[in-house]
Amino acid sequence: MKINQEQKLSENLFDKDKLDKLPTRDGFGKGLVRAGEEDERVVALCADLAESTRTHWFLEKFPERYIELGVAEQNLATVASGLANYGKIPFITSYAAFSPGRNNEQIRTTVSLSDLPVKIAGAHAGVSVGPDGATHQALEDIALMRVQPNMTVIVPADANEAEKATLAAAKTNTPVYLRFAREKTPVFTTENSPFEIGKANLLAEGDDVLIISCGPLTHNALLAADELYKKEGVSCSVLNLHTIKPIDKEAVLSLAKKTKAIVTVEEHQIAGGMGSAVCELLAENFPVPVSMVGVRDSFGESGDPDELIEKFGMGVSSIKKAVLNVIKRKSE
Amino acid sequence: MHIHDQKVKELEEKANEIRKSIIEMLLEAGSGHTAGSLGMADIFTAFYFHILKHDPKNPLWEERDRLILSNGHIVPVRYAAMAHAGYFPKEELKTLRKYGSNLQGHPERTRMPALETTSGPLGSGLGQACGIAYGARMDRKKIRVYCAMSDGEHDAGNIWESVMFAGKNKLSNLTGVIDRNNIQINGMTEDVMPLEPLKDKYEAFGWHVLEVDGHNIEEFVNAVEQAKAIYEKPTVIIAHTIPGKGIEEIEFDPAWHGKPPKKEEAERFLQQLRTLGGKIRSEHE
Repeated sequence: MKINQEQKLSENLFDKDKLDKLPTRDGFGKGLVRAGEEDERVVALCADLAESTRTHWFLEKFPERYIELGVAEQNLATVASGLANYGKIPFITSYAAFSPGRNNEQIRTTVSLSDLPVKIAGAHAGVSVGPDGATHQALEDIALMRVQPNMTVIVPADANEAEKATLAAAKTNTPVYLRFAREKTPVFTTENSPFEIGKANLLAEGDDVLIISCGPLTHNALLAADELYKKEGVSCSVLNLHTIKPIDKEAVLSLAKKTKAIVTVEEHQIAGGMGSAVCELLAENFPVPVSMVGVRDSFGESGDPDELIEKFGMGVSSIKKAVLNVIKRKSE
Repeated sequence: MHIHDQKVKELEEKANEIRKSIIEMLLEAGSGHTAGSLGMADIFTAFYFHILKHDPKNPLWEERDRLILSNGHIVPVRYAAMAHAGYFPKEELKTLRKYGSNLQGHPERTRMPALETTSGPLGSGLGQACGIAYGARMDRKKIRVYCAMSDGEHDAGNIWESVMFAGKNKLSNLTGVIDRNNIQINGMTEDVMPLEPLKDKYEAFGWHVLEVDGHNIEEFVNAVEQAKAIYEKPTVIIAHTIPGKGIEEIEFDPAWHGKPPKKEEAERFLQQLRTLGGKIRSEHE
């Protein structure tokens, strides 16, 4: 396995203790302020969760461009649709369980079908929300958003990437869903790491198995790949598929042809998520064995983020197991 | 701005033409919502031929007033009014609900930008109108935003979220118009889910409320003028209308909510409209 130097990843890539730890929502908060500085059409709408979505940083800087909706996610989406219709670039912020959870139809009709550039920031996605429990742990938001035509879906892997993704989303003319996490996770990319919507980043190159990941679990994927290489002699490619829609067909298919076995890793239901998107692409173009790491038809629960990641089978050891399992199926 | 009697008469005649178009297009389409479309013919005529600052030849003119139709299922009345106003050829009305047509069963802005929004799923129009009104106020644009809603869609929570939002933000550039015809698909609104006291509810949420006869064009136009003069809050005009107005057989009958006329019915209805309910002789007689 070879780390791809073009990705300008952190020097301490495999040293969890030396890496900075920040939640991806922090990257969103910073990116939103920068987007606001770069374009005065950017406005932020929030449903009574300004601090925990980090939208309050925008509020402090641009109070006149911050719009408070109260606990009203349906209105959050429809008012944003109107603002985009008028010519603004609205970011709507809440927890993913509520937006796009509660307001799914409003997003479908007044954002996606209307083809208006509303940017939906879903915070607190995944079981790593921790103590709040199942009600607040969105595990189906990628599925909800990626089935909507016109919608772009992005799941940043760390705070740096979240900031870049937010800035990039502000510059597109399409609806965008951005998924963020609550918990602090390793910041393993750098300011200089590339980010382009729709272009997956190949973090590590290896010939045996391709691990495709999105979100903060991508660091777990790298750790698993490193351990597999050092202890088992298994050489993995690791692809950060931050943009789930539009999916980077070329990257996925060319690497599938090279490795002929794939493991997908996401903090989301197996059904309908990033792994499903990969499987849809493979099934029609180049079927190879796939093992999927994610939540299997279950709701989350209260607990520490780390123990929940382990319990639901998304830790480093689960990813390693999935890789070894798919290698066996490769030779069947 | 007082509206002259002659102008009112012209608008009434135009509304009658628009009702004929509605019957013709629904007959051709073979499906669609008859009662609500006919019931709002006077108000849409007043909008497109007197109230709105707009330019049919330049539909996305930045300074235009925005008319948002929240209850998208009555879009035949809007299509008909737009065609008569010159947005597109009247022949195109016959393509309603047909494959390849810009006149989708429910309005879609991506097919016809002059529709402003995409609607059909109820309860979402007022939020969009609020967003446009808020954005326009941020930019100090002197446009007015109108939102036509049904009474039945006030069952939806989204509407009340938007009512609160407009009240909180004192969106005085926004005027809501409620088609208070008292029917929805499952029957009378007060049986399905009581809305009264509707006026008190809006007032409690910080709106100025006016009530008019939705078939009295002069009264409606005057109410819209009055709303423009209210600077400290949004205004809603509760327009009492008769579903199916203009065709006696359809009036007040919930059965006509979602069905089009059959051929013999349409002929009879068009005859009624041509003779203004027997008051004048048809030019076809």
